[in-house]
Amino acid sequence: MISSTIGIWNYWIVFLLMMIGLFLVIGRKNFLKKIVGLTIFQTSVFLLYITFGKIKGGTPPILNNAIDTVYSNPLPHVLILTAIVVGVATTALGLSLVLRINSEYGSIEEDEISAQDLVDYHDQIETSKKIDTKFIQ
Amino acid sequence: MTDILIKNLPILVVLCPLMMSLIVVLIPNIFFSWLLTFASTFVAFIFSILLYQEVQIHSTISYALGNWAPPLGIEYVIDKVSIFPIIIITLIGFLTTIFSSKMMPDEINETSISKVYSLWLLAIAGLIGLVTTGDAFNLFVFLEISSLASVALVAMGAQKDKQALVAAYNYLIIGAVGATLYVIGVGLLYGITGTLNMADLSERVVDLKNNKALIAGFGFMIVGIMVKAAVFPMHIWLPRAYAYAPSAVSVLLAATATKASLYILARILFSVFDIADNLIINTLSYIILPLSIIAMFAGTIMAVYEKDIKRLLAHSSVAQIGYITLAFAIGTKASVAAGFIHMFNHALIKGALFMAITSISFYIQKRVTLSNLSGLGRAMPITFFCFVICSLSLAGLPLTAGFISKLYLIKASIGADGLWIAILILFSSALSVIYLWKMIEALWLQQPRKEIIIKENPTIYISLLIITFLNIYFGLDASFVVDSSIEAAEKLVGVSK
Repeated sequence: MISSTIGIWNYWIVFLLMMIGLFLVIGRKNFLKKIVGLTIFQTSVFLLYITFGKIKGGTPPILNNAIDTVYSNPLPHVLILTAIVVGVATTALGLSLVLRINSEYGSIEEDEISAQDLVDYHDQIETSKKIDTKFIQ
Repeated sequence: MTDILIKNLPILVVLCPLMMSLIVVLIPNIFFSWLLTFASTFVAFIFSILLYQEVQIHSTISYALGNWAPPLGIEYVIDKVSIFPIIIITLIGFLTTIFSSKMMPDEINETSISKVYSLWLLAIAGLIGLVTTGDAFNLFVFLEISSLASVALVAMGAQKDKQALVAAYNYLIIGAVGATLYVIGVGLLYGITGTLNMADLSERVVDLKNNKALIAGFGFMIVGIMVKAAVFPMHIWLPRAYAYAPSAVSVLLAATATKASLYILARILFSVFDIADNLIINTLSYIILPLSIIAMFAGTIMAVYEKDIKRLLAHSSVAQIGYITLAFAIGTKASVAAGFIHMFNHALIKGALFMAITSISFYIQKRVTLSNLSGLGRAMPITFFCFVICSLSLAGLPLTAGFISKLYLIKASIGADGLWIAILILFSSALSVIYLWKMIEALWLQQPRKEIIIKENPTIYISLLIITFLNIYFGLDASFVVDSSIEAAEKLVGVSK
């Protein structure tokens, strides 16, 4: 029991990181912290894939002439190389959005921003009732 | 020459917009960047028509990318199922590109227009690739190409309204979590089956019934895709993203983005896994069916109470996605066909409604709210005419495309002993009349607040007219949509393993 629990400690770490990341994304109100959480969440998935690819005593998948060679599976590594690129793009886009949000709203806290948005939204509805609109021809 | 072209069509239909997006970004001139975008979406549309003809002859086209034979290499599969969303995406992409020529310069400053068109093409290429690919991991890459491009496009709406930034941010975070959940699912399935090819996967999962990793992997994949498709509790990102995106982007996203994900959902449920499997039957009847019924009503009721028109239409999209997933959840051949019919018709209807509303906001230079609309119907008769036709189509009146999809949906649900489902569908369509009537009443029956003269611009209304014409045409002669949907459904659920 104990040996089987410790034997899969990689998965425990993956599981822990996954939950930490997901909690940060859902639980934090700060936009920057959400991105940190997202990155941790994605990294845990990378670790999960790498763990799948590991074989005990496996060598890198380079052909040699020994008969009893056990090769590690290279495919998960290649997939994760792609996923890392996607992850970097996501983080970069997210960070640039946070920058723009900060310069427009003066805050990156979700509560303050949604309060501002709510005020704007009702202002818009109210003003559209009162003032005549200017039309272009 | 034509042989080579026909042979490579499955990759060309993806590459045409993908490669052009790299060229468009370098062109500083607004007109030429639009022209290239227009040309490549048009060519992609022609390619998809050619593919449709090919599929009629060969039924399934498999393309080995880089000549690496599947299941080891990446395979692009075009069959009677996947050709359907490809036609939707390329057709709507082409029409909205015409529509965007006037709208883009109005909302986005000159220096960034070519970049926006580049993202536009990337989003379209990502969506086409999503549908074309037969490889589960390649699908993730296309999913992220299309969703990152759409996030950036939604964020461009910030030049008019800063709320677009928050909308784009939420879309990005929720979308990225969804895509990562999908990757976890693919990883678990790869771990137990050792393959990423969908056709190969469907053969190997048969022997693994009741394997816990299989069930977990399936769950992760389905939830990830449901986030992207905005199925009810995961739809939070959708109303804001559609409401604050630039006009043309709203039209493109509303008509195509969720459709591709819904197609992937159907493909995972019915093609990778087996419809006769207990796992799928339970998922359909205990998870997707209740969620879609809630979506139908929640979306409609949210729309009834909404005053901002673009948000209203986005809420109504949530309800319409509910109809499509409901059709999948019933799980008979007739109902899956009805789901595909509604997927096509809803793309036409929602595309047209968003076009009409955003062209109104182009003329009045303001966000369109219910009170802004008063009396505008008389000032812009063509837009109003199209709007009314498509509203009727959304409510499902006879002689319009919406009627056909409601008819088949209700027929299918009665056929599957679900009379109560049919009654609920009718009831929620009746509710949708409330918000449609509110808009039509404001446009036509209320007095305008002052004398308005608007000259409608033909470059804006031409694509609106085309899409409205299609709405009526597919209401009168639905044989193309119905036949190809039934063929698609037969391919998905007809052959039991």
